[in-house]
Amino acid sequence: MTEQPIPASPVEADIEVFGALVDKEPQKPPRSQWRDVWDQFRKHKGAVFGGSFLIFITLAVIFGPYLWDLAPTKLDIRNKNWRPVYTLLWDSDVKAGWAHPFGTDQLGRDIMAQMIYGGRVSMSVGWTAMVLALLIGTAIGVLSGYFKKLDFVLMRLTDLALALPILPLVLLAVTLFRQPLTSFFGSPESGMFVLIVSVIGLTSWMQTARIVRGDILALKEREFILAARSIGSTPSKIILRHLLPNVVSPIMVSATLGLATAIITESALSFLGVGFPSDFPTWGKLLADAVARMQEYPERVLLPGILISVTVLSVNYLGDGLRDALDPRIRGR
Amino acid sequence: MLNFTIRRLFLSIPTLLFISLVIFLLLQLAPGDPMAQVPLTVPPEVKQKMREALGLGAPIHIQYIKWLHQFFVIEPAVFIDWLTAHSFLFGWLPDTQLSLVLDEATGEMVQRQRVISWQTRSPVMDIVIQRMPQTLWVVALSYVVGILIAIPIGIYSAYRHYSLFDQAGTFITMIGFSIPPFFTGPLLIVIFSVSLGWLPSIYDTTLVVNDWATFKTQFLQMIMPVMVLALQTTAQISRYMRSAMLDNLNQDYVRTARAKGLSESVVVMVHVLRNSMIPVVTIIALGMPAIFGGAIITENVFKVNGIGQLLLTALFANDLPMVMTLTFIFAILIVLFNLIADILYGVLDPRIRYD
Amino acid sequence: MTLKSTLLGAVAMTALAPMVMADGHTGERGRDGQLNIIYWQAISIMNPFLSGGTKDLEAASLVIEPLGRYDENGALVPYLAAEIPTIENGGVSEDLKSITWKLKEGLLWSDGTPVTSADVKFSAEYCMHPEGGCAQVSKFNGVENVEAIDDLTIKVTFDDPQPNPYGPFMGAQSPIIQAAQFADCLGAKAPECTEANFSPIGTGPFTVADFRPNDVIQLEANPNFRDPNKPAFAEITLKGGGDASAAGRAVMETGEFDYAWNMQLAPDVLAKMAEGGYGKAVSAFGTLVERLEMNLTNPSADLPAETRSTVAEPHPILSDFKVRKALSMAIDRELLVEVGYGQAGRPTCNLVPAPALYASENTECFAQDIDGAKALLDEAGWTDSDGDGIRDKDGEKLSILFQSSTNAVRQDFQALIKDWWNQIGIETELRNVDASVFFGGDPGSPDTFQKFYADVEMYANNFDGTDPQAYLSQYRCGNEPKPSSQWQGENINRFCNEEYDALLDDLAETGELEKRGAIAKKLNEIITKDTMTIVPLVDRGRVSVASNTLGGVVLNVWDSELWNVADWYRIKE
Repeated sequence: MTEQPIPASPVEADIEVFGALVDKEPQKPPRSQWRDVWDQFRKHKGAVFGGSFLIFITLAVIFGPYLWDLAPTKLDIRNKNWRPVYTLLWDSDVKAGWAHPFGTDQLGRDIMAQMIYGGRVSMSVGWTAMVLALLIGTAIGVLSGYFKKLDFVLMRLTDLALALPILPLVLLAVTLFRQPLTSFFGSPESGMFVLIVSVIGLTSWMQTARIVRGDILALKEREFILAARSIGSTPSKIILRHLLPNVVSPIMVSATLGLATAIITESALSFLGVGFPSDFPTWGKLLADAVARMQEYPERVLLPGILISVTVLSVNYLGDGLRDALDPRIRGR
Repeated sequence: MLNFTIRRLFLSIPTLLFISLVIFLLLQLAPGDPMAQVPLTVPPEVKQKMREALGLGAPIHIQYIKWLHQFFVIEPAVFIDWLTAHSFLFGWLPDTQLSLVLDEATGEMVQRQRVISWQTRSPVMDIVIQRMPQTLWVVALSYVVGILIAIPIGIYSAYRHYSLFDQAGTFITMIGFSIPPFFTGPLLIVIFSVSLGWLPSIYDTTLVVNDWATFKTQFLQMIMPVMVLALQTTAQISRYMRSAMLDNLNQDYVRTARAKGLSESVVVMVHVLRNSMIPVVTIIALGMPAIFGGAIITENVFKVNGIGQLLLTALFANDLPMVMTLTFIFAILIVLFNLIADILYGVLDPRIRYD
Repeated sequence: MTLKSTLLGAVAMTALAPMVMADGHTGERGRDGQLNIIYWQAISIMNPFLSGGTKDLEAASLVIEPLGRYDENGALVPYLAAEIPTIENGGVSEDLKSITWKLKEGLLWSDGTPVTSADVKFSAEYCMHPEGGCAQVSKFNGVENVEAIDDLTIKVTFDDPQPNPYGPFMGAQSPIIQAAQFADCLGAKAPECTEANFSPIGTGPFTVADFRPNDVIQLEANPNFRDPNKPAFAEITLKGGGDASAAGRAVMETGEFDYAWNMQLAPDVLAKMAEGGYGKAVSAFGTLVERLEMNLTNPSADLPAETRSTVAEPHPILSDFKVRKALSMAIDRELLVEVGYGQAGRPTCNLVPAPALYASENTECFAQDIDGAKALLDEAGWTDSDGDGIRDKDGEKLSILFQSSTNAVRQDFQALIKDWWNQIGIETELRNVDASVFFGGDPGSPDTFQKFYADVEMYANNFDGTDPQAYLSQYRCGNEPKPSSQWQGENINRFCNEEYDALLDDLAETGELEKRGAIAKKLNEIITKDTMTIVPLVDRGRVSVASNTLGGVVLNVWDSELWNVADWYRIKE
């Protein structure tokens, strides 16, 4: 085996010589861009975990009540202050059992049921308010960064919005709009939902707007935008095809932080008594209500706290994965 | 750039006037009553008298103009009088009496009416100045600490993308951001004050730092509030820093710089960092006014009683002159720091032109 | 009340004095050093005439004092006065139209100048000034004239006979301020006197050294206090801010503070804190009653603003006594107390739970009776005809909007009550409103308790001092909040009853204590058990926590909690 193998044909030898220049095998059919994106996304373990958890939690809060049919507002005062079922592992005397896997609160309401219903509200408040804030923030940021004429007016509007104190704003909105919204949607809960979501959304877009504008100001002086403009691209084309894809990462960060902020702002509002009715659980409110009994019943703060954190983490990882997958420079490395 | 700055400063004045009008109308229209905290044992007609004594009966536009006059004319006059009379810097100048006016009845010089808080019946600005030290000590320090921790974390996380450090950093900062301070505050108190007994749970605002022992006390009482606040700042800024660095590390100019043979530290710390600062500068500038606005929840949890606590109690007591003045000072700072951010954009990226 | 309470007061005084002596805690002034007090609502001002807030009244009571105070039993105790004037000692005139107070001799202000009757007269002028907006002016109701007869004697003359002439200069609401300090602060100038409002010169055991509004007050022992051996503490730091649980923790779990005021905490939370071992809770009962108020008028949003929630439109459901009665019968008051207040509450069926002279014996509401409530509703014609679990009548559902202010305990109560009402087939919608809006009198807001755009609402109220006449008069016909009165008025239920109004007139003309007691009891029963207009739930006590090393604390619900701070001392190991 010490001999050099003899080339089967001169043609093959030539190919070997120019191997670096010629494709060895027939090309695969061209892959679609979205296929590439998906392949890259799949490689990101965190993103896959984040995405699956979000799907899981969404399904859980939507279908949970059908599996666990205790009402969250059902009082059972004789069975108050149950501990979660796992405390039985080290302390068999404690009041706990599978009837209430996460225990009950000081009025005997089932914590598992409260978590499920609370999740519905918190997830929808968080997502809607975040999306609303992102849409407004990105639109204002892009417009004021790109169009010099709009910049002054839009940025002063941002200053104004930043300066408005949120608490009187909510109180005013509740006073003006609760009655009409309640009669429009038929129930006080959905009326309040629309109100809270809009107030949170309308008071949290400013950071996104400022950041996007800052990036756009820098980007629009770059050569590729000059190139795009010189071949006659319309401003809307330039914004959609060239500018927006380049500001995706700060938008993603805003989105992640925005979701957490929206969930926590909602809890602070409920805590101050301007949010949802008192018998309407949300994760943030469960957490806030349990702080006073933190030492005796740590699970009551930990369970909603963990759920909020893990949800926010998932969104964050999902955002990371999406950004990597959408960026052609990272994709395929 | 100088032209731009001057023009913007000039245009800030109508902007601020408009903002003050909107805030004023918002506060007037929002429901609430300064008499809400007065016990129900005080009869309604007495409460009505008290409202009239506060000047609540006057028409809205009169109240607004009165506030404008007090804030923009009388308060600066009081400040100038103080400067020329008592301050170290200008005390040598002849004392001015801009804020005094002749009382025709008695023939004496009396002080013109300043912005008066409804809760305390004392000038709002005096209380604001009294509250500044606590707020600056705790909130500003935590901001600086937060930025100092966040920027290296952000840079290193992006540079070693998906390393163990990056993953741990992401995990901790996101948890830090998603847990509200009304939980972390009491948690720290239970651990460090109640169980371990190491740190005081209540901040002493009267402490004067003049020797080593008082400095130590001050340091101990600041640890917990600063930790809670810095966690939030760190989480936020490090996220933006990391993502901006990631965007830039893959740019062509980075490859060029490396190809030129520049050392890795120069490439990352000079070229990439400078280009990644725009979103970070925005976030830091947006956070600056919030420093002076104090930290409402954290100040309350640790009883730091700075500007944030002042605003919250004023809101609950419907002390409109106080809320109005604080919010407006806040608005001035927002406008100012956004201008500073815009100027910094131009410094960081010379291609950005406003003219 | 005059005779009996004065006697009681004399007894209390003689009983109290030897007790302090027996403890052996006497000695020179300032021997026990520093006292730390925390009020979770921070103090805004030290002038009770400019702020009605309880926190401000109590802080001011460290510095400025009235002529007499109420003690822990509601009896009158002389402070700056030599004795409490009564008809017997000639201090109160036979026709009940004047009262003459005599100051103790040799009293000094903290700046060393003598206290004279001119200061007392000035205090009245200050509060009664028409432009001052004095929060305590109702203490001076009916006062025609205040005159200084000599340096130590003051005579107050009233327009009409006053069965209870102890309004002016009595209790923490009506202290004596120094005429010299406040001379230029009358009327509209009151707010300009920042220095005087923050650091009043007083006769009390302490003086203000440093006042930081809404933050912290530092006080020092008054060098000119009338008892040379008091107070035991040389300095007080009165810190404000935060919330009740943090304040409780600072006293009971970390021991940083000695006394925390008004612990509105759930009993299990308080019990857990007490395990910290540094302090204990002290409680006492006064006249504060947590109650349900029934709206007798229709709050429906379909009505025009002029008639909504006014007497023009009777309530479609709650106008029926049987429904109101059923709502009350479904409630288990013992359980409410257990969940919400623990040792700081007890069930009650009365609007006036104390003093004993005026409190009715009525306890029939204590037993929960779900079946009885159901039967009553059936009787009233409300039946569940469509089988959805909610009763209805003539096609209308038995559905109730139940509102309250935002407060953890109230929300627990709302949830429990909603559950009981559901059991008897009543649908309940809950609403909680921010306290600053709910208790604010803003006529533009739909959410105030006066406007009552709900069917039932829950809050607590009490009365000043020990005489319930003004309190019961709130429910006089015509005193209801209505658009023409800018929604001001205290007859929240829009209650109107001729027998009740006639009895009120009787009460105003009766001076004899026994008779007053009987009339007040009857009035109380009319509005509670006879008509179920007001459904009392819990008689709420005051809870504060004191360090185990702090002695002499006597919790007083009739006056400032800090009323006897001069007698507080440090318990030595």
